Amino acid sequence: MSAEQSPKIVIVDESPIRAAILEEGLREAGFTQIVHISEMQSLLARIYAVDPDIILIDLENPSRDVLEAMFQVSRAVRRPIAMFVDQSDSSSIQASVEAGVSAYIVDGLRKERIKPILDLCVSRFNAFAKLQEELERTKSQLEDRKVIEKAKGILMKVKGLTEDEAYVLLRSTAMREKKKIGEIAQSIITASEMLK
Amino acid sequence: MTAPLRIGFIPLVDAAALIVAVDKGFAAAEGLEVELVREVSWSNVRDKLNIGLFDAAHLLAPVAIASSLGLGHVKVPIAAPFNLGINGNAITVSPALHAALMEETDGDRFDPLVTAKALARVVAKRRKAGADPLTFGMTFPFSTHNYQLRFWMAAAGVDPDEDVRLVVLPPPYMVDSLANGHVDAFCVGAPWNSIAVDLGIGHILHFVSDILAHAAEKVLALRQVWADKNPDVVASLVRAAVKAAEFIEDPENRTEAARILAQPDRIGVDAEVIQRTLTGRLKISPDGIFRESGSYLLVGREEAGRPDPVQAAWLYAQMVRWGQTTLTPDGVKTAMAVFRPDLYDGALGRRPPTQAPAAFGAFAGPAFDPANIRGHLEAFEVGRWKA
Repeated sequence: MSAEQSPKIVIVDESPIRAAILEEGLREAGFTQIVHISEMQSLLARIYAVDPDIILIDLENPSRDVLEAMFQVSRAVRRPIAMFVDQSDSSSIQASVEAGVSAYIVDGLRKERIKPILDLCVSRFNAFAKLQEELERTKSQLEDRKVIEKAKGILMKVKGLTEDEAYVLLRSTAMREKKKIGEIAQSIITASEMLK
Repeated sequence: MTAPLRIGFIPLVDAAALIVAVDKGFAAAEGLEVELVREVSWSNVRDKLNIGLFDAAHLLAPVAIASSLGLGHVKVPIAAPFNLGINGNAITVSPALHAALMEETDGDRFDPLVTAKALARVVAKRRKAGADPLTFGMTFPFSTHNYQLRFWMAAAGVDPDEDVRLVVLPPPYMVDSLANGHVDAFCVGAPWNSIAVDLGIGHILHFVSDILAHAAEKVLALRQVWADKNPDVVASLVRAAVKAAEFIEDPENRTEAARILAQPDRIGVDAEVIQRTLTGRLKISPDGIFRESGSYLLVGREEAGRPDPVQAAWLYAQMVRWGQTTLTPDGVKTAMAVFRPDLYDGALGRRPPTQAPAAFGAFAGPAFDPANIRGHLEAFEVGRWKA
């Protein structure tokens, strides 16, 4: 591979959104040869066919162990090595593991070419995790609101409370039991369903 | 209380002593606060242990040895003060391969030499017919499963690198891969063999205890540097694991142990399936045949928890036999130094037992002698090693 040519990068990720975010970032950074693999059944065959210089894989993907086998028997492709084999930059390795991405590179690829790719992956993975967290939070807030409304309705009906009184009762119970108001609301709903 | 420990594990029944030590309070009783982290791949467990994100881990014994030797990966010396399991694997084959093997079987179907010879005949027939080679799934290049499959088939002259295909598959994918014909057979730990049988898509051909009577499987792995710095924590951890193993092995506690292990954030499968593994009474074929073995999986009984360096030497010999490394006196020494019976005995405050540890009881080849690995390997016809 000549130094000028863009390295061939394979992204192994079952999450299409994260893979797209990663791919976009890599393209913006000037990497043009990117292949996304989301199908795990024929992973090795696909990788052999692409013959990449760099393989990026999500750490939550059990198929990492499949890739490890390539270190042992690699007749078909150039022998890849784990990013971890070179421990000269342990802080970036730690950062990548914590972000949840792992890289395998083909032996002979220059080190300084890998670092920007890995840094980019780490920041994109972190951004994706944040996005997902926010999404989860919004989702659970919405869910909580629905549950609280329902529990209020039950309290108003069973105990003859006003809406405000029902809410105060929920909130004070939650504080006393050191639980989330949504959890208390959910247990009221569950209990009332059982008592039906 | 010391700082909380982070310990990684893979959802398999042989993580039992670790999980029960934490969830049943044996670790807390030793003053340890432990967070168990469920992982999806052996590579993750190894890497997170190596770079210090985990203090300890449930690890394949050969991965611990490979890590100390720097094979396939960065060199990080590992200390294993506790053996999490002896045996526990099984070889499961598809109904089609099972039928083909049974047709060629001439003798006791539980005798691994008989089935290996049957396999050799099936392989020869397929080659003659121009069929694709059989594909066997195993869990990792440095795994007991890899070596056990190879040991078995090579005994009848089947070359695991030439006559069949061996592929790595994550344990949770094994069953699907057998169902969709991606593999014809696999060797894996519990509960996956039982799940394949329950789904009617696999037959358990062998318990690994048919092939090797007593084989180290998973260890409690620590970075050696960390173990040296934290001797008291190591001792507490070992004691907690020993107590958990004793608890699990008491038949009266089996139901409770299985229930603890079955939790969704632990192994996450049916408690009944886990219990079958712990008691060693397994359904081996979809039509409901059960088979019982006193040594299917040893968690704590028969001194299973005490690491035996000879086991480490045997695993090293397999790495040499299959060309993963070359035989050197230093290599043997490094491999054996991973297994630390001294830490185990020290934690329990006792002298080393006078009785020799259980022998492998391999079904083929001469008795294993760690002082003469070369001579041992020379006795086998099939292998990838260079003298």
